[in-house]
Amino acid sequence: MRLKPVAAILLRQWYLLRGSPVRALPMFAWVGIDIVLWGFISRFLNSVAGAGINFTAVFLGAVLLWDLCGRVMQGLTTAFLEDVWSRNFLNLFASPLKIPEYVTGLVIASIATSMIGLAVMLVLAVPVFGLSFLALGAHLALFLLVLYGFGVALGIFASAMVLRFGPASEWLVWPIPALLSPFCAVFYPLTVLPRWMQSVAYLLPPSYVFEGMRALLQGKPFAPLPALCALTLAAIEIALAGYCFVRVYRRAVRTGLLARYSAETVS
Amino acid sequence: MTARSHHPGESGAAAALRVHDLRKNYGEVQAVDGVSFEVAPGEIVGLLGPNGAGKTTIINTVLAVLAPSSGSIRIGNLDVAGQRSLALARTNFAAVYASLPGNLTVAQNLRFFGLIYGVRALRHRIEELLGQFTLQALRDIKCGVLSSGELTRVALAKALLNRPRLLLLDEPTASLDPAAAREMRAVIRAQARDTGCGVLWTSHNMYEVEEVCDRVLFLSHGRILLAGDPRSLPAAHGARNLEELFIQLAREPLAHPSERLA
Repeated sequence: MRLKPVAAILLRQWYLLRGSPVRALPMFAWVGIDIVLWGFISRFLNSVAGAGINFTAVFLGAVLLWDLCGRVMQGLTTAFLEDVWSRNFLNLFASPLKIPEYVTGLVIASIATSMIGLAVMLVLAVPVFGLSFLALGAHLALFLLVLYGFGVALGIFASAMVLRFGPASEWLVWPIPALLSPFCAVFYPLTVLPRWMQSVAYLLPPSYVFEGMRALLQGKPFAPLPALCALTLAAIEIALAGYCFVRVYRRAVRTGLLARYSAETVS
Repeated sequence: MTARSHHPGESGAAAALRVHDLRKNYGEVQAVDGVSFEVAPGEIVGLLGPNGAGKTTIINTVLAVLAPSSGSIRIGNLDVAGQRSLALARTNFAAVYASLPGNLTVAQNLRFFGLIYGVRALRHRIEELLGQFTLQALRDIKCGVLSSGELTRVALAKALLNRPRLLLLDEPTASLDPAAAREMRAVIRAQARDTGCGVLWTSHNMYEVEEVCDRVLFLSHGRILLAGDPRSLPAAHGARNLEELFIQLAREPLAHPSERLA
């Protein structure tokens, strides 16, 4: 893999951000709204439930981490969609750029932009609502790694979907995190789900993260096996999403969809 | 015609482009049907034909954004199917339907594509091209607000960024006024002459084709019907000029290539 083409993809995102600062707004606006909303809900629940459960840590912490995962996915998909919106596919794919270089550029751009969201989350949630991640300790880094990995896998998969079904399929992409959240047990333990939903949940790395987070907050010891499972699943799902993207790209080259994509974007 | 210091086909080097028995079908529809041709280093070859003849399909297959059903394409010594990235690193293109991102400025677009093509001394090369295409005053203007003529100049500057050995131009002067089109033709002719870059050029402007191209290929229904020098072909086929020959060929029912080739 060559570094210059990867740098080009990153540079383009930087140019876009610099040229239109409004693009930075979604990086923290929705996160901010969610934190304010769930911060007050948690504060209210703490006041009526009495001692025993810290809703701030359970709810607000979960919202924050789940939002981060969604930000990574949307950051990657948005970077990809920039090329759809500007009808740039022909210029990109008729160049020496290789698919792994392109996807790597999108992934790094997405990680960089989601870091801004993470910083805003911490600035708002920690001092304003008293959320503390200290209880999670060093395991937080592991949880973040899993969520970043899953967000990347979802972003690559969503981009492949847009490439396969055309620009109009963009509307299918945005609700993906919302569709998955019930299965990921963001706010409740896995045991409350029916059996079939649990089976789906075991395939989703975030469900291990949220189970692990709740266990640590309840003072239980860290379970390394589920964490390893989550990391492995995230890695497998990134590989599967990458494979899916390459397959979709090759099909688009074979059928002529890639060459026609610009025209379809116009219609 | 301007004398060429790098005369097409003279060097004995590998062809800039070699297309062999290229076919592309979409189900029952044969878009390209057994096309073979070469573009020598420094040669400008016009790919002519009515709409839907298969010109853009051929260009798309050379650019590897469309996979052929069969046949082979070599850019220099490199097989496009097997060495896509290396082959495209020595190629570039400009097409009316492939405008550069409108939300980046002229200089940003050139920098972006310069990095993708791995251009050395990129800053210097960008300045050189901004000067060559008189784009200095537009360097910080977003491409989305440029006129179509200015956009064409930017697209050509991008197409020459990597000093390509093969340049594909799909109606490059379609949106230019006559004076600007003449200037662009001069730039591209000079590029072919001075650098030995092979050019595959599509255009519906027969005057332009006659002025620029060393050789033309008439394409219809995915086949090459006729090939030769655009200045001598019309007389050899009883037409007054290239435009008349084009109309004759476009109206004729499809004949087998062997019956048509001069």
